Amino acid sequence: MPVPAKKDPASHTPVAIEEETPSIIKETWHSFKKNRLALAGAGIVSLFILLGLLAFFIAPEGINEQKNADRLLPPSSEYWLGTDDFGRDIFSRILHGARLSLTVGFFAVVGSCIAGTFLGVIAGYYGRWLDTLISRMFDILLAFPSILLAIAIVAILGPSLQNALIAIAIINVPTFGRIVRAKVLSLKEEEYIQAALSVGMKDRRILTYHILPNSLAPIIVQGTLCIATAILEAAALGFLGLGAQAPQPEWGRMLSDSRDYLQQAPWTVFFPGIAIMLTVLGFNLMGDGLRDALDPKMKE
Amino acid sequence: MKSHLLEVDDLKKHFSSGKSVFKKKSQPVKAVDGVSFAVQEGETLGLVGESGCGKSTTGRMLMRLIEPTAGAIHFQGKNLLELNSESVRSMRKDIQMIFQDPYASLNPRHRVERIIEEPMIVHHLGDKATRKKKVQELLEIVGLNSFHAKRYPHQFSGGQRQRIGIARALAVEPKLIIADEPVSALDVSIQSQVLNLLEDLQNEFNLTFLFIAHDLSVVKHISDRVGVMYLGKIVEMADRDELYNNPKHPYTQALLSSVPIPDPDHKQEEIELQGDIPSPSEPPSGCPFHTRCPHVMDICKSVVPVSQEKEKGHNVACHLYDDQHMAI
Repeated sequence: MPVPAKKDPASHTPVAIEEETPSIIKETWHSFKKNRLALAGAGIVSLFILLGLLAFFIAPEGINEQKNADRLLPPSSEYWLGTDDFGRDIFSRILHGARLSLTVGFFAVVGSCIAGTFLGVIAGYYGRWLDTLISRMFDILLAFPSILLAIAIVAILGPSLQNALIAIAIINVPTFGRIVRAKVLSLKEEEYIQAALSVGMKDRRILTYHILPNSLAPIIVQGTLCIATAILEAAALGFLGLGAQAPQPEWGRMLSDSRDYLQQAPWTVFFPGIAIMLTVLGFNLMGDGLRDALDPKMKE
Repeated sequence: MKSHLLEVDDLKKHFSSGKSVFKKKSQPVKAVDGVSFAVQEGETLGLVGESGCGKSTTGRMLMRLIEPTAGAIHFQGKNLLELNSESVRSMRKDIQMIFQDPYASLNPRHRVERIIEEPMIVHHLGDKATRKKKVQELLEIVGLNSFHAKRYPHQFSGGQRQRIGIARALAVEPKLIIADEPVSALDVSIQSQVLNLLEDLQNEFNLTFLFIAHDLSVVKHISDRVGVMYLGKIVEMADRDELYNNPKHPYTQALLSSVPIPDPDHKQEEIELQGDIPSPSEPPSGCPFHTRCPHVMDICKSVVPVSQEKEKGHNVACHLYDDQHMAI
């Protein structure tokens, strides 16, 4: 290759107008809103969040307001989703249940996300024996069926909604840990991390400014999908009597409390079940949409 | 005689493949196997060789991004391998690196100003205002505009990104820059721009370059001296013109004869090498090149040739130039 004679180093023509820099959030939103299913999921999720937030204002009856005369009534204009065996309004209880389920789902995931990210970053970045130790720990946790492990943890801590939350947080730690570890392992070999090292940055700086921000996308996606699982697990623990305790209006608990009346009054089981299904579906659709929106390879 | 800024002595890196319960430990991969050279202040030393010959590993060992297995690296008289991690960090101010892939070497989440400013923050150079001013200056120096500072890397072309990478390397005013294939990912037309920029910067800031590349004409253009690597060893090293006009090692001769000359009437004797480059985990006995060498002799298969100065500043490691064989 003959090397041409010297040219002005700035011979490429820079664009002279300073244009608006599109941020990552804007770009993600731009491709997210093209996905109708994901938008529907986000809609369902926001609806339940709104209903939960406003439960005290829109619920027609109190949570534990019992009317003996109105037991096991079918849906009507007075009781939109019917009443249960104590004569409590199911619609009001589902609204209040949304608060419980969403709170449990959210905080359990935040907990496992923080712990999992921390462990995953350490395992991926420092490697060696730390990696072996942490990875084997994850393997042990994953070897148990998750609901069995949750039951064991609740059995140790004692049945309550709060302990169910802790149990769900613990069983989801390895999921986050593994994803973050894999991402950090691949990032560590990227040239810009090598560049950061060769500039002389300390590990803490590289981790906080270079590795963590670039591993956020999979964490966010996994977090959204994990909220759905957490809600389902909380409902399962509630159904087994290990999570929320009566008379808390937790959806799983409501299912188990009314299951004896399945034949006489199916609405007592049907509507809490629908609420669980819709929320889980909403989070799953939203999570899938986020994954596609945050994945640069999916962009056209 | 100018002083040596960097002296590398018998540097080795052997990667051992992991041993496990079910697997016997295999032979280590000798990526770099006894490399020695010296770089004078203000000169450009080119390292060429085909992929897998250990030239990038050598560069990364100088940065201590990879820990050498054995050997010594003296920079300004200090042995870098004896420094503790804190001294290594401050040493990195004096040695900077330009990376091969301009699409991978810039953090996609940071703006250009942040990318260039961060090395100065790390080494506590200047206050915020001076750093900002310096970023603007550096952008102009490497041929970009100061308004580019607010943009993200993905908004630039490959050549422009490489200029940003160069600006980042210059930010801490290093003495030595290790350029690891800095132009091989760029278009040919952009390559010459970046090469000329590097030359201009060298004159302006009295920089010393270790220039790693596989493209012989790029190395010829920019280097003062050139070292040729084969299978983890330097087989020949000489001044640029001497090496290109009077190659001694059969491998160098073969490499140079493979460079196409843009003249349809030019008839060229091309030396074709047979076979593939041997695996560095099982290097041939004796001279590593004997499996492919057109002039192979019996001695090559058993005795490792030692690098010796055959003409002034022209070192070659080949038995063809041993004194007893010269007579034949």
